[in-house]
Amino acid sequence: MSTPRIIYCHCQYAQVVPPDIKAAVLRKLADSGLAFDAVADLCEMSARQDPSLQRLAEGGAVKIAACYPRAVKWLFHTAKADLPLDNAEVLNMRVQTAEEVVAALLSAEVKPNLPKGKVTAGDAPQVAAA
Amino acid sequence: MPLTTQATLRVVLYEGTGAEPLASSDRFSALTTLLEQGFAVTRAVSGGRVAPHQRGSLLVLGKFAEGRTPSVESVPEEPAVRVHDLSTLDFARLGEFVESVRAEAGAVKHGDWKPWFPVIDYDRCTNCMQCLSFCLFGVYGVDEQQRIQAQNHDNCKTNCPACSRVCPEAAIMFPKYKAGPINGDVVRDSDLGKEKMKVDISALLGGDVYSALRQRNEAAKARFSKERDDKKALQERQACLVKLAQGGDIPLEVLMNLPSPEEIQRRAQEAKAKAAAALAAQPS
Repeated sequence: MSTPRIIYCHCQYAQVVPPDIKAAVLRKLADSGLAFDAVADLCEMSARQDPSLQRLAEGGAVKIAACYPRAVKWLFHTAKADLPLDNAEVLNMRVQTAEEVVAALLSAEVKPNLPKGKVTAGDAPQVAAA
Repeated sequence: MPLTTQATLRVVLYEGTGAEPLASSDRFSALTTLLEQGFAVTRAVSGGRVAPHQRGSLLVLGKFAEGRTPSVESVPEEPAVRVHDLSTLDFARLGEFVESVRAEAGAVKHGDWKPWFPVIDYDRCTNCMQCLSFCLFGVYGVDEQQRIQAQNHDNCKTNCPACSRVCPEAAIMFPKYKAGPINGDVVRDSDLGKEKMKVDISALLGGDVYSALRQRNEAAKARFSKERDDKKALQERQACLVKLAQGGDIPLEVLMNLPSPEEIQRRAQEAKAKAAAALAAQPS
């Protein structure tokens, strides 16, 4: 199995991702020794239909540090670059901690979490029982 | 120039064979500086996997052995590739340097447009055309299969999520919006039932948002002619706009910059006709 590619989105043109989370994730990623693609803003690339989104989507397993998986799935689709539903994991820097995001990015295992079909509340992560 | 045809500059921080690794602080500083300027930045290391390059220009930066940059074979019709040695560059001036390369390459300057546009969740969309019918700014259109799509992203009014509120299926996202499900969070049954979620912005003033504004505008005009009390009319209009802005979370500047009532009517009819034609062309 090939190493998953890593994409980091800096969400440059909005203040919706906490800056300390972005900075912590980027710093850990930069010090990881791994190759990765960092983009200023996935939304902007999607609007431009940037071909590099197609190249990223076509390259097999991929992990993306960005925002909500449902939004990321359809941002790629808008750029005519459908992500592989069974081989893409999106880490949500809007709600996850930097430690959670980094741990998932640096893990060799891909845990696919793109929505397949209509997403409802039943698809939301469940809180573990105490 | 349309967004989809503008050339971009991608920067590669090369730390593979033939180059020294960057100091951790320099690497982080370079990444943040360039991302904040809107560039896509790839960190390349030996054996690592990154996206191939296709469109636009490529700038490869690295600390190359003895300061000698590797030669790059020029391939016709391939993106222009420039290589620059970082050994002698002051990292504090990296942003300035890359900006000069961007300008020289004729690549787009980022940050002039906030990427705010509707992203459609086709798992939820039923192709009902309500968004096309609602939007006065020509953002929506249909593809060859009469499927709804956002076509003119840069026509969209920044921070305005109004069309997502008319969608009966909550299928329209604005990923930079503050709250779910418009930001892409999961859709809960309660969201679909929420008056706040749907545009019953209309219910606010007993009509749709545009006709409400139109009526207010006409009332204001009438008052102008009768009373010449422009201060009162302005206050009335402002109160109406604030009510709409609060109820529908539509930015005031969007409401303030709506076209004339006649133009609103013309555009609304045009949008409705487009939606009706698309619906009629759908296979039954």
